[in-house]
Amino acid sequence: MILYDYILSPSCYKVRLLASLLGVKLELRAVDFHPGREHKGDELLALNPAGSIPILVDGEDVLTESAAILSYIAAKHGQNWLATSDAGEVGAQQQWLSFSHRLTSALGGARLVEMLHFPGDLAALQEAGIAALRELEAALFARRLTGQTFLVGDRITIADIACFPYVALAPDGSVSLDPYASIRIWMRAIRAQPRFIEMPGIHRLHELAPDPLAGDA
Amino acid sequence: MSDQAMRDAWFPVGLLSGLTRAGTASMLMGEDITVGLDDTGAPSVDCGGRKLPTVERFGHLWTSLGAPEKDLFTIPEADHPERTLVDVGVVRVKCSPLRAVENFLDIAHFPFVHTDILGEEDHPEVNNYKVEVRKDEDEVWATKVEFYQPQAAASAGGGIITEYMYRVPAPTCSVLYKTCPPRPGEWDVICLFVQPLTEELCDVWPWMALFDDTSTITDLIHFQQLIFLQDRSILENQIPKKLPLDPALETPTRADLTSVAYRRWLKRHDYTYGAQLVAE
Ligand SMILES: N[C@H](CCC(=O)N[C@@H](CS)C(=O)NCC(=O)O)C(=O)O
Ligand SMILES: [Fe+2]
Repeated sequence: MILYDYILSPSCYKVRLLASLLGVKLELRAVDFHPGREHKGDELLALNPAGSIPILVDGEDVLTESAAILSYIAAKHGQNWLATSDAGEVGAQQQWLSFSHRLTSALGGARLVEMLHFPGDLAALQEAGIAALRELEAALFARRLTGQTFLVGDRITIADIACFPYVALAPDGSVSLDPYASIRIWMRAIRAQPRFIEMPGIHRLHELAPDPLAGDA
Repeated sequence: MSDQAMRDAWFPVGLLSGLTRAGTASMLMGEDITVGLDDTGAPSVDCGGRKLPTVERFGHLWTSLGAPEKDLFTIPEADHPERTLVDVGVVRVKCSPLRAVENFLDIAHFPFVHTDILGEEDHPEVNNYKVEVRKDEDEVWATKVEFYQPQAAASAGGGIITEYMYRVPAPTCSVLYKTCPPRPGEWDVICLFVQPLTEELCDVWPWMALFDDTSTITDLIHFQQLIFLQDRSILENQIPKKLPLDPALETPTRADLTSVAYRRWLKRHDYTYGAQLVAE
């Protein structure tokens, strides 16, 4: 499986994170997203007319939506990271995968404006990001009252992985996470997973835990 | 406190490869500027109708709000034709421009901020290195800095003892020279060029001149962005926001030798934009 990847892209990190958690090896193809805008060049547009990354290529299969990529990798290598056939779980999983796009456009958008000079209405993006965070906080709080830690069912799933990165990086777009206690507990539970990996701005939980990928070099 | 000394210094304001005739709105030391190309296609910087002086060097356009006495510094090593020159691209950071440089000079943060790449928590020791202000050039230099690194560069195959030299040739610029894994005897050149937007906001333009025949430019850009973005999350949380130049405020842990020399040098030259001189 080849992942067209950018080290600072939270959407690409979702895929790298799930692959690491499942012990699946990815072949990474680095994309010069900034400053080169390679994702808008001919070669990558031919692969993904939307002009975005991540892109996953696995033989004949080409996937260009992070939610689809997470579902695909889990279906192949980690069925227990997907909702069961229970209608409530299926619905909740799909709900959060779609919700993750709101996080991408709002919190991710604010981050690109603040950090990498991308154009955009910062105040509007931050406001939309805060609205999404409040919704997530309320949902996670309700889950905790029923004894659950994660978004779907009784275990961590791709729904959590899809929502986690842009939430964790909200401060990059000058959106504080201080008001959201349930979100912080949830993020901690994700960071505590065996074979968790970092990206800049998202740190491992225990400072001394070895990097699971360090031995692969 | 006058800003004149810093107004007379050179600052990076954009990648030469990114200049357009339409121009880009930016800021320098609190003043609005427009960075772009003029009617003849030459790089130009405008500040409220005033044309600012410009220099094209190291892949970037440089300018000054005042009248610089000296030409912009040079990096003779970077001229070697076999080096790969890497425009890493801009990253905006909500911190003092001086803090961005000081952090770059401080090797002690490697094991904790760049864990398993530039440092390891089991090997936090920095040896006794040498720091001086070179009189002729009027630059801060730290030499013979040795450090164990798990992955010193994109081109490093595994852990090595890396030797560093640090140089501060301008108030918001630092050049570091480090052991070059594929070419023993040569130095990789990694620069941090900082554009002060305000005293607590800066645009950072990392730039590199490396010997590396195997990595793609994109790999090199990603490696450097990975490292710098790890710094960014630390830089945005530093307190106080401005860099304290008052010796009484220097905490022994943060203020390593190079940092002390840098702060003294800034103070001596009145390079105080982004600095704090009395406790707030
Ligand atoms: N296709 C969506 C969007 C991912 C996304 O926003 N990717 C960013 C990089 S983090 C991107 O490529 N943006 C460029 C663009 O959309 O023009 C997904 O996979 O979740
Ligand atoms: Fe650093």
